[in-house]
Amino acid sequence: MKRTRFLGYGTAAVAAVGMMLFVGWWQVDGPGAPEPMGQRPIPLTEMAFSLTDHEGNAVGPEALLGSPTMAFFGFTYCPDVCPTTLSDISDWLDALGNEADPLNVIFITVDPERDTVAAMAEYVSYFHPAIRGWTGPEEQIARAAEGFRAVFERVPTDSGDYTMNHTASVFLFNAEGQFVTTIDYHEAREFALPKIRRALQQEMEETT
Amino acid sequence: MKKIVSMSALLMLFSFAGASMPALADAADIVIDGAWARASIGMNRPGAAYMTIRNTGTEPVTLIGLSTPLAMMPAIHETRTSTEGVSSMTPTDEIAIAPGESVALEPGGLHAMLMQLQEPMTEGETFPLTLVFEDGVEATVEVPILGFAARGPED
Ligand SMILES: [Cu+2]
Repeated sequence: MKRTRFLGYGTAAVAAVGMMLFVGWWQVDGPGAPEPMGQRPIPLTEMAFSLTDHEGNAVGPEALLGSPTMAFFGFTYCPDVCPTTLSDISDWLDALGNEADPLNVIFITVDPERDTVAAMAEYVSYFHPAIRGWTGPEEQIARAAEGFRAVFERVPTDSGDYTMNHTASVFLFNAEGQFVTTIDYHEAREFALPKIRRALQQEMEETT
Repeated sequence: MKKIVSMSALLMLFSFAGASMPALADAADIVIDGAWARASIGMNRPGAAYMTIRNTGTEPVTLIGLSTPLAMMPAIHETRTSTEGVSSMTPTDEIAIAPGESVALEPGGLHAMLMQLQEPMTEGETFPLTLVFEDGVEATVEVPILGFAARGPED
């Protein structure tokens, strides 16, 4: 009798602990988890902003629909992260060759004060020719960043200038404008290429 | 111009102080490998240089600063990327390197930030960069300037 009761309590205790663990999981990692700060970008079809590309054309999210998109936020006065990422992107595009032809590749500045259309044109000319540079009024860039769930912040430097903190992930969308995934800063080529192919394949599935 | 003169005078003083204290780390114990920098667009934007610094001696060394005729304000910076993917860059006061250890200055981490360039960084050229250590020890490396889209010393 004693033993069964003990067992009963034991079972109840295990069940209770299990329940607590489940509730904990639900709230922290499970479907009940609050949206984290770095939440998913909204579809390009739901974004609204107007910018100018490095050739002076009016552009916005609608210009990207119909082809998959790779997008990155940065600024041309960035000595480290931005040239590294644009070199990585150029390397991925070279590795993909013709496979990457349908891809829109855009570099959106978070520093429109210094990154004029001319500055963007000169800067992107040093990287893969598929890369387009987008700039425009600060409030339009803020709207774009909001849609991508990207952040940026101006920070003064010792030299009396300023630098920009910014989201350094590369965003991938399919041809319908649905978010596919991100490539983290300086992610190795063997992880980056399959992600880009996923965004490209989702386009091929639709057309075939 | 005055600023450069007073700065090099200060560095000479440091070197002299170091030379008079034989017990301390020696410039010969500091080995710099794989130095490189990217070419710049003009002079308005800051540049960055990368390398590996090895302490082959028996005493710890501490990197406290940089000097170069190429830039008025060279400084060691560190780029950090948060779990949310946000990158930021902050100056680093000093870097201690234990005997037998090395420190890598590489894209996305530590870098020699070259602010207020005095001339454009042109691919194919080199520039001298002096690493200033505590106790006045100095090590100068000739940094090759690679292409604008270089990703490492091999590019
Ligand atoms: Cu820096």
